[in-house]
This record gives sequence, C-alpha cells and structure tokens, in this order.
Amino acid sequence: MSIALRTLDDGAWISVNDSRQVSVSDVWTLTTGTFCDCSPAYVLLEAFVDVDVDGSIVVAHAVGQCLECGTRDSIERLPVGRIVNDDFYPYDPEDVQWLVEPDGERP
Amino acid sequence: MPTDVEHWKDELYGTEIRAEIERFAGEGWESIPDDERDAWFERFKWFGLYHQRAGQESYFMLRIGPPSGVLEPGQFRRLVELADEFSRGPAENPEFGNGWLDVTTRQAIQLHWIRLEDVPELFDRLEEVGLSTVQACGDSWRNIVGCPVAGKDKHEHVDAGALATELNETFKQNEAHSNLPRKWKVSVTGCDEGCGQGDINDLSFEPAEKELDGEMVTGYNVRVGGGLSRNEPRFARDIDVFATPEQAVDVAGGLSALFRDHGDRENRYNARMKFLVDEWGPEKIRETLQAEYVDFDLETAGDDLRESYSYNAGDADGKHDHVGVHEQVDGNFYVGLNVLVGRIGVDDAYEIADAAEEYASGEVRLTQRQNIILTDVPDENLDALLEETVFEEYSPDPHPFQRGSIACTGTEFCSLSIVETKNRQVRYARWLKENVDLPDGVEDFHIHLSGCTASCAQPQIADVSLRGMKTRKNGDPVEALDIGLGGGLGENPQFASWVAERVPADEVPGAIANLLENFAAARDGTESFREFVLERDDEELADLIEPEETDYDDPYLHNTKRTWYPYAEDDDLEASPAPARADGTPIPSDD
Repeated sequence: MSIALRTLDDGAWISVNDSRQVSVSDVWTLTTGTFCDCSPAYVLLEAFVDVDVDGSIVVAHAVGQCLECGTRDSIERLPVGRIVNDDFYPYDPEDVQWLVEPDGERP
Repeated sequence: MPTDVEHWKDELYGTEIRAEIERFAGEGWESIPDDERDAWFERFKWFGLYHQRAGQESYFMLRIGPPSGVLEPGQFRRLVELADEFSRGPAENPEFGNGWLDVTTRQAIQLHWIRLEDVPELFDRLEEVGLSTVQACGDSWRNIVGCPVAGKDKHEHVDAGALATELNETFKQNEAHSNLPRKWKVSVTGCDEGCGQGDINDLSFEPAEKELDGEMVTGYNVRVGGGLSRNEPRFARDIDVFATPEQAVDVAGGLSALFRDHGDRENRYNARMKFLVDEWGPEKIRETLQAEYVDFDLETAGDDLRESYSYNAGDADGKHDHVGVHEQVDGNFYVGLNVLVGRIGVDDAYEIADAAEEYASGEVRLTQRQNIILTDVPDENLDALLEETVFEEYSPDPHPFQRGSIACTGTEFCSLSIVETKNRQVRYARWLKENVDLPDGVEDFHIHLSGCTASCAQPQIADVSLRGMKTRKNGDPVEALDIGLGGGLGENPQFASWVAERVPADEVPGAIANLLENFAAARDGTESFREFVLERDDEELADLIEPEETDYDDPYLHNTKRTWYPYAEDDDLEASPAPARADGTPIPSDD
C-alpha cells in the first residue's frame, strides 16, 4: 500500500494517510550543530513546508526557531516518525533528534 | 508540480461541493472515506466549513460572511438562534460558557462545534434570511470587508456599501473566479477615516476623486498585494489606477483573473497576490491588467483621502474605531459596542438582538475590530437603549484596555496557533484595567494577540503586538509571546517592530505595565505612543520592556495544543470525546 503524505492547512499539520499526525507548535529537541550552536537546541516548529519519506522514516521540511538563541531558520529532513507495516508511529518531540542525511541513514 | 490541493480543486471545487456536503451530512460523518478526508475537508472550506483541530475531529467551524459586516434586520437574531441550537461543544469555556458567536477581524461570524449532519439545516436557515457561507474560506473571493457604517456615515465620500454588495453579487459563485491560487481578500473603503483597512488586503478600493472630461468624479484608487501572514507582511501597493464606481467591478474582475492566471499554483507559501506583486512590481501589474484584462483605458490614480485616515492609526486625529454613539447622516444615531475579543455568549446576544429591534431598526453591523454596531437609533430612543443592562458589558464607552483588545481563535480550535489567545486576552485586559494607569491623554491603546504568524488578529498594526511563541521557563516549555511595538494604519502605515521575543505569557502583563510606565516617564509632552516608538530604535525600545511576574495568574502556560480542549477538566488528548456522531456520542476508534 502506498503512503499518502502531505502538509495541510497552511503547514499546520503533516497528514499521513489522511490522518493528521504531526502538529506544528511543538518544541523539538535537536542535537548540537544541527540547527544552531545551542546544546541541545530546543526548536519550536512554526510551519511544515514539505514532507517526504526516506526508507521507513518520515522526514519534514519545516521552519522553526530556537527558544534559547532565537535563531529562525528552515530545517531540512527532520525525522518526525516511522512507517511500520503501513502504520505511522510518531517520534516524541522531546527525544533528542538528529537530521536525516540525504542518503537516508543516521550519521 | 501542482500541489495536492490544486489536484483536488481540479477534480471538484466551487458550487458543486454543496451537493457532496449534503450527501455526507445525510449519511453521517463516518461516511467520508478515510483516504479522502484531506481532500474533502479542503473543499468544504469553500462553503465556509473548516474542520477543527486534532482532538476535535468531526466538529467544524462555520463562517458566515456578510459583505462589509452588514447584518440586515433579522439576520443577527437568526445567527444567535443557530449558535444557541447548533454551536455547543462537549465542554464549557470558563470565560464564555457554551454557545457563542465570534465576530472576526474580517467582519464575519464564526460558529464552532458544528456537526456535519446539521449543516444542510444550517445552510437552509441561513438562506431563509439572506445569509450565506459561500466562499467564507478556501481559495477564492473571501468576505468583502469595508466601511461598516456605509450609507449612514457622516465621513462617507463614496458609497462603499454599494460597491461591496455589487462585488459580492458578481464574484460569489462565479465559476470564472471560484478557483484562485489562494485566498483573495478585498476591501472597499468609502470614508475619510480609512476604516476598510485596505492596506492589508490583496485588493483595495480607496476613496479618491479625479477630474475626467472637465468634471470632478468620485471613485476609487486601487492598490494590490497587501497582507500580514507568514512573517511576510506587505502593505498593498499603489498601481496608479483610478476607477469610477461603474468601472470598479471590471477592474476587480480583471485583477482577480490576473491573479487566477499568474499566481503560483505550485507553492502555496508563495501563492498570495503579495508575492506576485513582489515579483512583477506594480507597473507590470498595471500593464498586464490594461493589456489583457480590461477593455477600456485605465485612468491614472486620483487624489486620495489618506491624509485624514484615523482608523487603527495610533496617533491621528479622528476616530480610531466605531465604538461610541455617533450621529448618522439621517439624524439617527449608530451605537458602536465593544465586544471583548469578539465573542458574544448567546444569552447576551439575544438581549442585544432584542434591544436592536425594540429601540432601532434591528440592523447589526460588524467591524474589523471585532465589535458590533447597532444602527438607526432615533434620538428619542438613545437613553433607553443605553440603559439596557447588557450594554454594561458590551459598552459604548469601555475602558481603553478592553476597547483596544483583539484576539484570534487560538489553540482552542485552530490548527496553526501556538498559544491560547481569547481567554488569555480577556484576563490580560482585566488585569491591566485593574492595575495599570494609561498616561495622560492616551485614550486609545490597541493590543492585538495573534496565536501564530498567520496574523488573524492583525498584530502588526497595533500599539502593542503580541504573537504566539514558546520558551523554556524553569526547564519546561511554556507558552510565550513575541512583543512588537508601534504598528498602525493611517496615511503612512507602519508595521510593528518586534523588539522582545519569547516572553513567557505570565510575564507579559508586567511587561506592558512597565512599558507604559517607562513611556509616561520618557515621552515628550503629549507625544503619542506611536510617535514615541518611531523616535527610538529597537534596542532602546527593548530596554523599556521589562517582563516580570506579577499577581496576574495564567492558567494556560502549558502546551494547550496538546490538549483536546484547553479548558476541559481532563484535557488530555486521549480523553477526547471526538470524533462523535451527530448526537455527540463518541465514535469508537478502529484500533
């Protein structure tokens, strides 16, 4: 079965198979150097711009702001969850995250 | 590559959606196929139906857009009856109870907790009294805003109400203009106070006059490409066009068609008219309009009235809103009533409808400052009207902190918002009224709270602009606000400067109190707040904002978006009663 992935409502959501799964306005914890120099960086996601799947990992292109240093920037390939047997399992924003490299595996 | 939304619109959009809404309503919410929900919810918007956020599945917001906010006699009462009957949720709001109407900054009414199964009856009962939800949301002509007292206003130069009505009749349910790349917001101003707020619209008609064939003609100058959203605010740009009232509909149709044909359908974030104007410039917009979309010679711009614009202007002489008792051109009066954050509970709304019918014509008009106006009050009825107890709360003479407060929907229902807004703004206004003195001579002070960068509360054009954010406090994420200063419209509009970021929401009232104290101490004579801000750089202004905790208590500091309803006793998403059937019984999950 193919997975339907899209952003919705002006980037408020990532929809997976027509179900609103990941919301903006959560604070995501990113490892040092992936977004800014803060360690770790607590980044508020303000909008999803695009979404894609890399292997089994759903990755988002988003816009966010660091709550400590104020850096506002785009985030490429933020992993927001996994597809397992056609079901989506969202990651917890509070868990420290890495960004997915273009070739699809963790650094 | 066109977006999914464009594909869905290509397949079915516009007036055909209604039959599908009625089919789904007849069969129940569960009849919408699981793998078609995104498409249908996007299409439903065209008929003013917006699916509420996560945790509230199967419930909808319904928006009704009367052009220029004019509700004819009987229409306001019908809206109250529908709110009373259909707009009640599974939990109460501690400030507003259950059952209310929201007046929006685009002169519309929003009802929440609407069930799909009730929508056909709602459509029928709205249409019985001449109201409609058509194109209240979605990618097309939105509710046309304009002077809410058009036809009755002593400040009127051209009848904006007539043009707004003609535009509404021409372009609503008009197949050639029903599928645009994005929303299309139009404003028509006819007065010398600028209350149509044209500068923040995609298309703006503003009063002007021009000598044509030796005769002075009253009409409109045309501006395009304004808007506040997405950290990309723009004021509408002058395309050097004057249109007579007779030409204005053709000019509007030409510009709408130009946007339809040339707007970006591959990237919704770049689709609004403001970005096309950025890319082309006003000259190319005018040239293309002339060459391809109108069949008469466009006149160059006439003399405008912007010098006297006072609405939402911060420091200009003249009225900044419509609140208060004002004489009409026919000798009757209109009474502008303050509606704090735009929300009216149904019990109060019935009393307002009763008063409008007993003492006036029964007509109610909505303003872009989320307030309402009762028109056509004869002089001899004024005192009796104003003695009604309901107008103690919905006052024509409110405290400036209440008069100046605007708030968007916020996380209570909205998918995009980052923070709770309406209840918080009510609590801010109450605390400020009790604890802060405004400096001498300051009678208007606007504080707009928007939950996110979509800017539905128009934060960039307020004295104090508040925008939803988050921060960390004592190690935990809490709701926070960016603070901007010195925005306003008028002859030379100015967006607020964002001078303080990520202020914890419970420290914002203290910050405003300190800011006003510092302003009072440092201002030059009777300098207005907007002038005071313009004289200083951002760093200097940031020093005047000293956020601090006070005895203000904020019950919504936690992540309200992670609740199914921020005010429910058990607000956890897992405790949500949604989705629910028409009778409110929860629909069991498949899991």
